[in-house]
Amino acid sequence: MAVRFLNAGDCALTLEFGDAISPELVRAVIAADQAIAAARERDELPGVIEAVPTFRSLTVLYDPLHISRAALEPALARLLAEQGGASAQTGRRWRLPVCYGGEYGPDLAEVAAAKGLTPEEAIRLHQDTEFLVYMLGFLPGFPYMGDLPEALILPRRAEPRLRLPTGSVAIAGTLTAIYPWESPGGWHLIGRCPVPLFDAHWREPALLRAGDRVRFEPVSPERFQELSDALAAGRTAPAAFLEQS
Amino acid sequence: MNARLEVVASGALATIQDLGRLGLRRSGVPWAGALDPARLRIANALAGNAQGAPAVEFFVTGPTLRAVDAPVRLAFAGDFPVELEREGRKMVVESWRSLTLQPGESVRAGPPAGGRVGYIAVAGLAVPPVLGSAATYTRAGLGGVEGRALASGMRLVAQAQEPGTREAILRQAPEQDGGPIRVVLGPQDDYFTEEAIADFLSCEFRVSPQADRMGIRLEGPTLRHRADKGAEIISDATVPGSIQVPGNGQPIVLLADAQTAGGYPKIATVASADLPRLAVASVGAAVRFRAITVAEAETLARQREEALGHLLQQIVPMTLVDGVDLEAIYQGNLVSGVVDALAPEHIFNALE
Repeated sequence: MAVRFLNAGDCALTLEFGDAISPELVRAVIAADQAIAAARERDELPGVIEAVPTFRSLTVLYDPLHISRAALEPALARLLAEQGGASAQTGRRWRLPVCYGGEYGPDLAEVAAAKGLTPEEAIRLHQDTEFLVYMLGFLPGFPYMGDLPEALILPRRAEPRLRLPTGSVAIAGTLTAIYPWESPGGWHLIGRCPVPLFDAHWREPALLRAGDRVRFEPVSPERFQELSDALAAGRTAPAAFLEQS
Repeated sequence: MNARLEVVASGALATIQDLGRLGLRRSGVPWAGALDPARLRIANALAGNAQGAPAVEFFVTGPTLRAVDAPVRLAFAGDFPVELEREGRKMVVESWRSLTLQPGESVRAGPPAGGRVGYIAVAGLAVPPVLGSAATYTRAGLGGVEGRALASGMRLVAQAQEPGTREAILRQAPEQDGGPIRVVLGPQDDYFTEEAIADFLSCEFRVSPQADRMGIRLEGPTLRHRADKGAEIISDATVPGSIQVPGNGQPIVLLADAQTAGGYPKIATVASADLPRLAVASVGAAVRFRAITVAEAETLARQREEALGHLLQQIVPMTLVDGVDLEAIYQGNLVSGVVDALAPEHIFNALE
């Protein structure tokens, strides 16, 4: 796979693997990310601060007082060549509860109508899909997941909402996401998930990682409340929703 | 021994910052941290702290801080007046020095000249790190005091000063850099027309009122995207200094609190040596850009760090400046009220 090295100032460079949202591309990105992480474990990339995997590129941030682009770029190119696009480790599998529709998903009826579906059919399509976590971004812990089945693909809302509550499960384009924080947003709000996605006290503060796989399981408003209370009180741990690590 | 420092008035968006929360951008957590790290480091050095310790960053109108129960040493970096209330009198002292508040005394800092950001370091300021940093990131409630901007009534915990603490001063205030802001073109400069790149590098832009810790919107000529490329990309990572251009053609410079990924093409990235100067520029300030290579930008970064090293060596105890006992002069002025001739209330009224 041809990789382009793009300028991103004097503290970063971006390794671009392609220009599409696809599982193949993101696997190449994650493989490169893991190769860099392994090299850093071996202290081979001094001056590298962190790497940020996205849909189709990997941005490496570095300290120009400790390493120059002229030294870093060939080191990264060598790592990519050695790693040879080796398939990344498979991600973890999650099954996350969602309360669809009603006050939890006020756009569900509109989404279904726009696609010529009943709300039940729209829920069925969403819950029957296994989603790949392409990347995290926008807000701490915010997962961009795909791909939605063709029958649920819609452009963003013409008018963004000023306030999507924490836990909002939303769709836009080919993607679905969960809002870890209350935020404005232009995605269609179809449900709510009671499992927190980010907590600064966790050893790894974001629940999901790029490469993880997520399925959604419909729950009633009563069950949503029970789960919310149990998670808030610490009686249930988010790891309870991990199917395979 | 601990001392408490009360926030009497919050000022405009005063937050606790340090050198940032590195390593979590992959989880969508921006670095946050000081918009002008060099000034935060100078403030801390003046206060006798480690350079990267947490300190207060403020915009335009500084907070009013009062020592509650023990002497607290503060230090000020940025070109702004510091109004001290001591024994019922108001006096103005210059920034770029430390100042120890006795219990009951208070200071109000700001507004900065030639920019919108100033720093107040507090000797021994204790702020528990969250994910490795005390930097406040309000959108996710991380760091600082309860993840929020300073608010009146909050109390900060600092180290009580022993009597006879000698104040520190920076012999010469750093000069403000001038000239165009240096940038490295890319990563998506190929999304723009030749005319747009030429306009970007030759025309004047202005800092719009939409400027905060996340970013600065600039106003200037419309930078057009190439028709065959469009104004959207598949989201990729942003960095502090990324200049993204949405469909309206008006650039946005991303800063410390900006989102870690974005879907607008990025025409260029500000050189790290010049980013603080742009990040703290006042609303309405004129900005021009000049393109340089990555290697040139790296050289600038090293030169800037070297210059800061020299500057930090210019911090001296107050009595040692050119053999003149400045401390005695300052104290004399403060006690006699000679500085009152500056009529601090007038200075503030004129500038606010």
